[in-house]
Parts: sequence; structure tokens; C-alpha cells
Amino acid sequence: MSSSAIDLASPESIARYEPVIGLEVHVQLATATKIFCGCPTSFGAPPNTNVCPVCLGLPGALPVLNRAAVELALKAALALECEIPAQSRFARKNYFYPDLPKGYQISQYDEPLAGCGHVEIVVNGAVRRIGVTRVHMEDDAGKSIHDGFRDSGRYSYVDLNRSGTPLIEIVSEPDMRSSEEAYAYLMEIKQTLQFVEVSTCDMEKGHLRCDANVSVRLKGAEKFGVKAEVKNLNSFRFLKQALDYEIARQVAVLESGGRVVQETRLYNPEVGETFSMRSKEDAHDYRYFPEPDLVPLRISEKWLAGVRGVMPELPAHKRARFIGEFGLREYDAGVLTATRASSEYFETAARVSGDPKTAANWVMGDLMGLLKAEGKEIGESPVSAEHLGDLVKRIAAGEISGKLAKEIFPKMFSSGQAAGAIIEREGLKQISDTGALEKVIAEVIAGFPKQVTQYRAGKTTVLNLLVGQAMRATRGQANVTVVTELLKRNLAGGEKC
Amino acid sequence: MDIPSLTIESVRGGLLARRFSAVELADEALRFAQAENPRTNAYLHFSPERALEGARRVDDRLARGEDPGPLAGVPVAVKDVIVTKGVRTTCGSRLLERYIPPYDATAVERLEAAGGIILGKTNCDEFAMGSSTENSAFGPVRNPVAPDRVPGGSSGGSAAAVAQGTAVLALGSDTGGSIRQPASFCGVVGVTPTYGRVSRYGLTAFASSLDHIGPFARSVADAATLLGVIAGRDSRDATSAAAPVPDYRAAIDGRVKGLKLGLPREYLRDLASETGALITRGVEQLRELGCEVRDISLPATDYAIATYYIIATAEASSNLARYDGVRYTSRSGDSETLADLYRNTRGEGFGAECKRRIMLGTYVLSHGYYDAYYLKAQKVRALIARDFEHAFREVDAVIAPVSPFPAFKLGEKVDDPLSMYLSDIYTITGSLAGIPSMSVPCGTTAAGLPVGMQILTRHFGEPVMFRLAGALEQQTS
Repeated sequence: MSSSAIDLASPESIARYEPVIGLEVHVQLATATKIFCGCPTSFGAPPNTNVCPVCLGLPGALPVLNRAAVELALKAALALECEIPAQSRFARKNYFYPDLPKGYQISQYDEPLAGCGHVEIVVNGAVRRIGVTRVHMEDDAGKSIHDGFRDSGRYSYVDLNRSGTPLIEIVSEPDMRSSEEAYAYLMEIKQTLQFVEVSTCDMEKGHLRCDANVSVRLKGAEKFGVKAEVKNLNSFRFLKQALDYEIARQVAVLESGGRVVQETRLYNPEVGETFSMRSKEDAHDYRYFPEPDLVPLRISEKWLAGVRGVMPELPAHKRARFIGEFGLREYDAGVLTATRASSEYFETAARVSGDPKTAANWVMGDLMGLLKAEGKEIGESPVSAEHLGDLVKRIAAGEISGKLAKEIFPKMFSSGQAAGAIIEREGLKQISDTGALEKVIAEVIAGFPKQVTQYRAGKTTVLNLLVGQAMRATRGQANVTVVTELLKRNLAGGEKC
Repeated sequence: MDIPSLTIESVRGGLLARRFSAVELADEALRFAQAENPRTNAYLHFSPERALEGARRVDDRLARGEDPGPLAGVPVAVKDVIVTKGVRTTCGSRLLERYIPPYDATAVERLEAAGGIILGKTNCDEFAMGSSTENSAFGPVRNPVAPDRVPGGSSGGSAAAVAQGTAVLALGSDTGGSIRQPASFCGVVGVTPTYGRVSRYGLTAFASSLDHIGPFARSVADAATLLGVIAGRDSRDATSAAAPVPDYRAAIDGRVKGLKLGLPREYLRDLASETGALITRGVEQLRELGCEVRDISLPATDYAIATYYIIATAEASSNLARYDGVRYTSRSGDSETLADLYRNTRGEGFGAECKRRIMLGTYVLSHGYYDAYYLKAQKVRALIARDFEHAFREVDAVIAPVSPFPAFKLGEKVDDPLSMYLSDIYTITGSLAGIPSMSVPCGTTAAGLPVGMQILTRHFGEPVMFRLAGALEQQTS
């Protein structure tokens, strides 16, 4: 690796250029078993235990395609609005590496599973459509472990538990024009695939990995610049940092009269820079050819219809519906559809409550706040969506005040009980019965003669104090609207005497 | 017990009549094979524990009054490219000299489930690449009929074991003629079934789209029985066929009258040899039995060698990548870098023929050459298959030589790989088309060297093939 000693371009220079970015995203499919054998895909097993002749690449072993993996890949393709041809084909990608036991990866090459898809992203309020060139299936390699052993100075170790894990690779068109757009695209891919339960997309476990193709060109130029492929972008933060660095580096190279070379670069998050890994001349010749051990993959209309039938509503559609049907703001709809769990939670709460907007505020505010404080996911919420909806419904019905609800909710959260049970137990029901309140009002008027005189003299602001006294007398259970009305009527009535 | 004259039927008869037990037979067959092996080097190693364990199972079944299976007690040799759990499987290569597989090939499982007794593993060209078994890292095999000559290859050890009488049956593998040619050279029956008829699971891959497992036997009937045992759909091989397996043995009923035989003029035009004369005589015998003989044309034949050596080497270059010194292969000692480890291990481990084919295959798949070589070869392969489709509209079987010449002398062609490749011409076309074919003995030359006739039929046309071979066998024996 050569150290980059170049200065980065100034923001003014960068502003004269337009970056062109395409992403290659690898996603681990959430199958129970591997793509070409029956070994489990579970994470964290002792090294080289989830293996068999097939994923070890032993002589004579043959791959057999896992239908469940195909179905998840089809779900992903449908979610990305792809076209799915009736036939695709596997191909061998040949290269040598110690964690690649067969000496080739089984991937798809000129006949991928799906293509011509797109996703929509919103950046700075503008909607942009990013093309998905192709979605193809492949098997993962094992893992090389270069440190942590006593003899790591001399040897590397190989764990083949991951070998044969099913992946899809999603290749985008070079449609992104900023690191923000790349970030938004990757987020959209992640949320969508989580939504349709194709993958957990857990980046820490390597279930979602990303490489970027980046070039820059002067604004207004038609031709693309020379691109670099940047690898190892394994978090959202790294993706943005690496792209910003790479864009600035390329602009600096061009501004100083140099030329960008086509190469593969590796992002080093510790220094926040990209480093040249290999040039085009050293690029692998993968010698792709059709995998003779597998027959072409035929996707019948019936099979595809079956997969379509179990597709959940996609996040983009859900967002639009939440805005249209429930009158949510775009931002709120986005937050609530970030995961399938949150969208489903909200929708249930909204329907039970009859007041979707208030329900949205409760989910995004109080619920998410408490969940965050306890490090919990919405799926683990002690307050069910039905219970939250019920709480909101009681507010809307005037049974409890919003203020009271704020006191009840943490109790629901800690106990898992419904609002009704807590209200019942603590006697918290709002008092709206004018008969019951008349006595309290009379006492307040009798107890604060000075303020009563002031009010009657026209200083109406003292009313708040009198309302507060009435509320205190009812331990906050009085319906504040009813109290205010009663006070006004009684104070006015007194004048006539 | 006269081991060399045993048949499936005579073994079964002996067991059922309690003339011998399976263990006694296995014991004696092992002793005989071990004693005879130095004459041919047909076996690389024996598997006495496994053989005796299998024999005990057969005896147990017999003792319980159960059917001991269609191959009960029959001594079988298995080519060393077919993996056997717990029994060394070297593929004739230094790289796998100490490799002990942890699983059985499907064909091996089925063989043993049918009562077959695996005596040992047979010698072959390294990774099945060759036509003489001289490319084995463990010394060549001598032809039992003429010890100064090769047994053919690559399944030379399996053919020799059956010819020598040290096994009743053998499993071989055929990619471009590796069963049929040694069967012809050794004077035994060798069958390459339809592609996909026998599971390849556990067959060490040479060229996946061309590789077959198939039987050797001293009679057509025994070969048919063995194929019936190992054939059939296997969920572990995605390319294995679901078509039901007919009773091949029952197809040998002598009813060949009216069958139409095609003689490809492209195969016979330059065959003014003893081989040609013997094939012609065999065809005449079939004609006398009532077969109709027709001239046919397989025009794409001229391109078959080039096509085969592009496709087979391309696939081989990929299939042999896994022998890299990282896991189960032998590893070169002093390598400082990963690249050195690969270079040294593979440079020292592979023999010349494997290296030649890996390089050729790597070249034809390279960027910029793929379309000109591999893709074009696939198109020609389709033309070759179409030639046969057209032929089979007119005829029930195609008759051809197996090899242009009988067994040649050890060392005679070892320095001339091209002439070795060219001699595969008659077997390669059937391999590329994926159709069934077999070699059945049709006489010997003046020097006493066996010559086999090749019978090819349409996909899954094995019954017709066995019927014709059985009829010819009747005439020649």
C-alpha cells in the first residue's frame, strides 16, 4: 500500500466538479442453510464446524441450489422493482485465495437473476430515482484470520463456516451525484431488504457490504471521468467519509494537471483515507464460464407469482399511504417506515386510536424515547401497539388528559399493563362531571376572594391561577376545559348578585 | 474357487447354495488380487477392512434369509478418482497421495447397498487425464493381455483388473473415452451411460459437463446389472436425470431383428486397418441377425477434437484449482509467500499432462479469448449433438470403432500428446453429445490384441445398446 501524500482539493474546487457514483452492495440472505449445501448459516459457531464436503470444496462434491435462497433473492429483486427473466444461469468466477476452497466462486455473470430495477431516494427534499443494473446470486467465501494466534506472524488461519453462505449482489447504475445520495441509496436498500425480510442487513456481522465506483467530471461535462473502485466501506459512516475523501482526492489530482488512474482502492477508516490496492493492469482475469455443475435456473410464472403473493407492502408505498391516508408529514412517515416493525407498530396503534397523527407523535416521541433509553428495539416494546393505541383513544375521548397520559405511559412501559388497568388501580379517571366539580369551584371562589375581585374588575389573567387551584384540588383529574368553563360561568354569575 | 471366471450370477449361485460365504470369497479375492497385482499395477491400494465388512453384511443378510442384493458378494474395483470414505483416494496424483475422503460417492454407496464388495482402488491417469494410464504418478498399468502394452486410459486400472480377473466388476470414469478405450484395449465390456444417468457426486471432477461414471465387466449382462444398480436420480447432483431406470439386464433378449444401425462414413473412411476389418465383421454379424445397416453422416466430426480439448480443458483448469496446498493436498515445503505456496505446490504436485491441460484451459477462458474459443466450442458442441439427433431419426444405433488402433506399447506415444489426443476421435463425439455408448469386444488382431466395437444410442437408449451388445457378444464368444 502506498501512502497518499497528496493534498485534497479545496471546497471551491470540489464545487466545480460533479461526482459520479455507483455502488455494489453484497447482502447476505437470511436463509437457515447455505446456498449449495445443507450446512447451517448460523453466526458464531466454532471455526470450521458448520461445514461439509460441498462447502469445503472437497474432491467430488457438487453444489445443489437452495430454493429458499432463490426465493429470498426474488423477493429482493421484486422489492427493487426489477425485471426477472424466465431463466438465469450460474457461472464460475475463478481466482485463487486460501479462504476460497473451490478455487472459484459460484456467481452469476452474463445471465443474472434480475435487472433493470430502481429505488427512489430523497435528498434535501428532492426525489431521485437510482437505477439498479442487476441483482445476482452467489456464494460467500470463508474467512481468513491474519492475527490473534500465537504464530500469526508466520501463518494465517482459515475458517470456512461462512463458505457457501448465500449472497446477492446488487449493482447500481452510476446514478448518484454525491456522497449524501450514496448514503441515502444504501439506507434505502438496507431498509427495503429488511422490510421484505430478505436479510438482517447487519453490517457489523458483514450481512451488508458495500464497494463504490467513483469518478468526477467538471460540471456540465458529458463524459464520465476515470473511475476508481473503493472497497471496504462497511459502515454508513465509512461510506460517506471514503467517498468524500475519494472525491476530493480525484479533484485534487485533476486540478494539479494529473490524471486519475483506473484502480482498486481500499478505505482505511483509521486514517480516513483510501489507498491504492491494485491497478487495472493487475486486475484479476476471473475467467468466467457457465457453471457446469448446475442446470440453468428457471423461474416459472407460478413460482414468481407465489413469491409475489407473500411480499409485504414496500416501505416507499407505505410511506405514501401514511401521508395520504393518515395525513402524516413526510418526515414522520419516513421515520415510522424506517423498519417494518416500526411501520406495523404505528399502523396498529393508529387504527386502534382513531387518531393517527397523535398516535404518530406518541410512537416517535414517548415510545421511541423510552426504547432508546433502554436499548430496546420496537419489536421488544413492553407496550403493545394495541395498548398505545388504546391510550391515545382515551385521550381523544376526553377520558384522560394528555398530561395525565404522559404520567400513565411510563407506568405502562415498566409494567406492560394496559392504560385502563393503571387508571383503574390509581383512580386516575378524568373528572368531567360538572356536578362533582361544582363543589370544588365553589371552594376555590370562596378561598381566593382577592383574585375573584381582580377577575371581576377585568384582570382576566388571574383565571389561570384559579383553574390551577381547582386542578390541584382534584389531584389533576379534573377535565381542564370543563373546570375553566365552570369557573367562568360562576365568576360571571357572581357579578350579578 | 476360480476367481477370474466369476460372474455376478455365479457368485450369487455360490452364496445361495452356501458353497462359500461372502467373507470367504472376499478374503480369497483380496488375496488373489494382491498376489496378481504386481503383474499389472492395476490397483493402487486395497481396502481389505471395507471389503470384509461389506462381506459380513452380505452374510448377515443371507443368514437372516433376506435378499442379499443384486451384487451380493461380487468383488468390485473402483477407479481412484471416485471417493471412498476412509479409503485413500489419490486420483493418480502426488497431490492427493495421502488424501482420505470423509464421504462416499453416490455410486459407491449404491454399489455397496446392492451387496457389492469393494476390493480396492484402481490406477488411472492423473485426474483422469490421458489415454494410456501412463500419466499416473504411481507408475503405469500393464495390459493383462499384452504386458508390454498399455491398458488404455484413463480408467486403465479398472479395465486391467476386470481383464486380469482380479475383480468381477469395476467402476471407471469417462470424460472423452476413458472407459470405452481401455475396455477395447483390454478386451472387456465398458459402458459410458447417458450424461446424468449416474450421479457424479463423489466423482473427482475433470470436466464436469463431460464426466461420467460407468461400469466395466467381462460380460454385457454383468455391465448391465451394475449400471442398473448405480443409475438413477440423486438429489446431490443437480445434473442427474430423473428418468426411471429400466431393467437393463432384461433388455438383453437377442431381439435385434429390424434394428437399424448407422455407420458414419466420417469414421470409416480411413480405417483400412485390422481394427476396421474387425468392426466391419462385427457389423456383418449383426446384419446376419436381422439388423439393417445404413450409411450415415456426422458432418461436424472434423471439429470434435478441437471442441473437446477446449471445453474439457477449460472446465479442468477450474476444477483443478482447489488442489492448491492450502487444505488437503500435499504442500510444498519452503514457500515464503502465498503465491510461492501455490506455484510450488502445483508445480511440484501436478504431472506434465495436467499442467498442459490447465494451461490450455486457462488460456481459452482468458479475457478476450473466451468468445473465440470456449463460446465457439459450445456452439460446435451443439452441432455435434444435432448430428446425432439427425442420425437417430433414421437409425436405432450408431456403430463406430472405439480407437483407430489396438493397445500400443508402453512409452510409444508418451512424448506425442497430440497424436494421443487425436486417437480419441471416435469416443469424443458421443461424449460431447451426452449420449450413451459402450465398447463391446468384437475380436482380436492377428497379434492377439483385443478390439472393441462402439455402440452409441440416443439419450437414455441404454436398453437398445445392451441388446445389440449382447447379441454381438453371443456371436463373438
